Amino acid sequence: MASKSWLNFLTFLCGSAIGFVLCSQLFSILLGEQGDTQPDILHNDPHARHADDNGQNHLEGQMNFNADSSQHKDENTDIAENLYQKVKILCWVMTGPQNLEKKAKHVKATWAQRCNKVLFMSSEEDKDFPAVGLKTREGRDQLYWKTIKAFQYVHDHYLEDADWFMKADDDTYVILENLRWLLSKYNPEEPIYFGRRFKPYVKQGYMSGGAGYVLSKEALKRFVDAFKTDKCTHSSSIEDLALGRCMEIINVEAGDSRDTIGKETFHPFVPEHHLIRGYLPRTFWYWNYNYYPPVEGPGCCSDLAVSFHYVDPTTMYELEYIVYHLRPYGYLYRYQPALPENIRKEVILLRFNPRSVHKRSANS
Amino acid sequence: MLSESSSFLKGMMLGSIFCALITMLGHIRIGHGDRRHQHKHHHLQAPNKEDILKISEDERMELSKSFRVYCIILVKPKDVSLWAAVRETWTKHCDKAEFFSSENVKVFESVNMETDDMWLMMRKAYKYAFDKYRDQYNWFFLARPTMFAIMENLKYFLLKKDPSQPFYLGHTIKSGDLEYVSVEGGIVLSIESMKRLNSLLGIPEKCPEQGGMIWKISEDKQLAVCLKYAGVFAENAEDSEGKDVFNTKSVGLFIKEAMSNHPNLVVEGCCSDMAVTFNGLTPNQMHVMMYGVYRLRAFGHIFHDALVFLPPNGSDND
Repeated sequence: MASKSWLNFLTFLCGSAIGFVLCSQLFSILLGEQGDTQPDILHNDPHARHADDNGQNHLEGQMNFNADSSQHKDENTDIAENLYQKVKILCWVMTGPQNLEKKAKHVKATWAQRCNKVLFMSSEEDKDFPAVGLKTREGRDQLYWKTIKAFQYVHDHYLEDADWFMKADDDTYVILENLRWLLSKYNPEEPIYFGRRFKPYVKQGYMSGGAGYVLSKEALKRFVDAFKTDKCTHSSSIEDLALGRCMEIINVEAGDSRDTIGKETFHPFVPEHHLIRGYLPRTFWYWNYNYYPPVEGPGCCSDLAVSFHYVDPTTMYELEYIVYHLRPYGYLYRYQPALPENIRKEVILLRFNPRSVHKRSANS
Repeated sequence: MLSESSSFLKGMMLGSIFCALITMLGHIRIGHGDRRHQHKHHHLQAPNKEDILKISEDERMELSKSFRVYCIILVKPKDVSLWAAVRETWTKHCDKAEFFSSENVKVFESVNMETDDMWLMMRKAYKYAFDKYRDQYNWFFLARPTMFAIMENLKYFLLKKDPSQPFYLGHTIKSGDLEYVSVEGGIVLSIESMKRLNSLLGIPEKCPEQGGMIWKISEDKQLAVCLKYAGVFAENAEDSEGKDVFNTKSVGLFIKEAMSNHPNLVVEGCCSDMAVTFNGLTPNQMHVMMYGVYRLRAFGHIFHDALVFLPPNGSDND
């Protein structure tokens, strides 16, 4: 009899202990704060060229950083504005009907606004976006044909509206001010083009398609003319190589786009792939393709970088924030390149007009 | 058999009720105090831009040098890759940075805390820092190894704040009656707060080593309780637009969340231009931030700042 009540008592104690523990766990879950979530690391396979989006990186909505222009009250953008007027760039973005909402939309919400003129090139017209219809099919084998038609369209409609003509993908991020700084030393009447220079197959090298490339007005004229006179072939499955070959045939120079201390400005990948030593394996094609000695680590990339490629929508907005908004207050950057000569003269004149200091930038 | 299972069940019920009661009591007791004190959420604002323009060139240099920030980073051996990244990146911009480790690690120098309890580590680190450096630094910043911090923006934020006042700043969270600075956003203490904290560390009734009645309380809450006894209260740090400058998340996460919460909308930019911290970064992301913050920029955008900070010697990534 006694042992039975003793047993009952023990089970009672056990029960109460377990009940207590379960309940405390429940409460700590209910009252606890959320832990850190590690952000996704984007593992872009360097060999994949625009692998089909599996929906993971699909961003709904858009972010407008320019909504908080009041954070920029003490910012002086006179030089950037001056360059905007002096170095006119028309950007055209290679995209397609399925990518307008997924990718091109985010380009439009970020860097595209800083082009003097921007056009979105698709196989079919979209009046709402708006996108130009090139009347081609879609697909990787159509890229060169789309490129030719796009440049033709630009030449026929906008030749006098710009000095330089930039091609980018809908996953390229471009910093227009840095492109203008680079191009300001050159004359758009010269036959020259710039981008990330690769060395194989073409003697003077050719420019990586994804990193974006920019043609001078003269280069554009010659390129369009080359197809009318059959100097260059229309068919190829490798857009950037075919364009590079054509450029060589028509005597358009492949320019050196590196900054004044030899750092690359156009990048075929996102910053992480270039900045982290060992990210791109030694056996990777990239190491043999680069025209100039390739560098990994901090020396990979100019402070005044012009472009990055394989940029997904989240990274577009991150770059937008990092380049145009977040900054280290009062910091004296190590790399302080000179202003282009012609701009320097104008800036001296501007100094006598202090009212320009608090002016809001026309394009931000 | 039946009587045993019934007594077991009765026991469980009693245990749960007992536990629930204790939790409720804990919250209610604090709740009553709340109504009496009318506790307000403090907002600290970054200084006014117009005031700053009145400062002269020499004064700017002097002013910039007057902020001496000592950085405390609490690490454990498992954090070694983050530790490496933090060492090579933003901590180079602290006036002094020291790593406080739960145990000695061969690869890197650290101060050995000889415990892996976070609250004990924090206490010991603050005591060590205060005892050794009280005369050399006027602000003390505590960070996690998953954080990226911009010291220049911290100093800008501290402009016009007198370190002989008890400041306790960061991203604050309210838990019942207690408002505390989350360790996930970084914790800033002025020298005065450090003084007061250190005077209480030796008093177990005010600042116990094992806080919390039944289960563990996080180290940042324990710190807040301790500081509260010393009359030091948490204040949320915001810029002139009301945006947090101490962030508990990474930029990428902010963007993803903002977009998923508001599809089909154009949302306002996620974060302050003068952000001091971001958290939840991987080692690679630290290097990318280093490049993005201290190097990558758009040509032709110039700022007239009240402070001047030079790049550190012997560094190639900033």
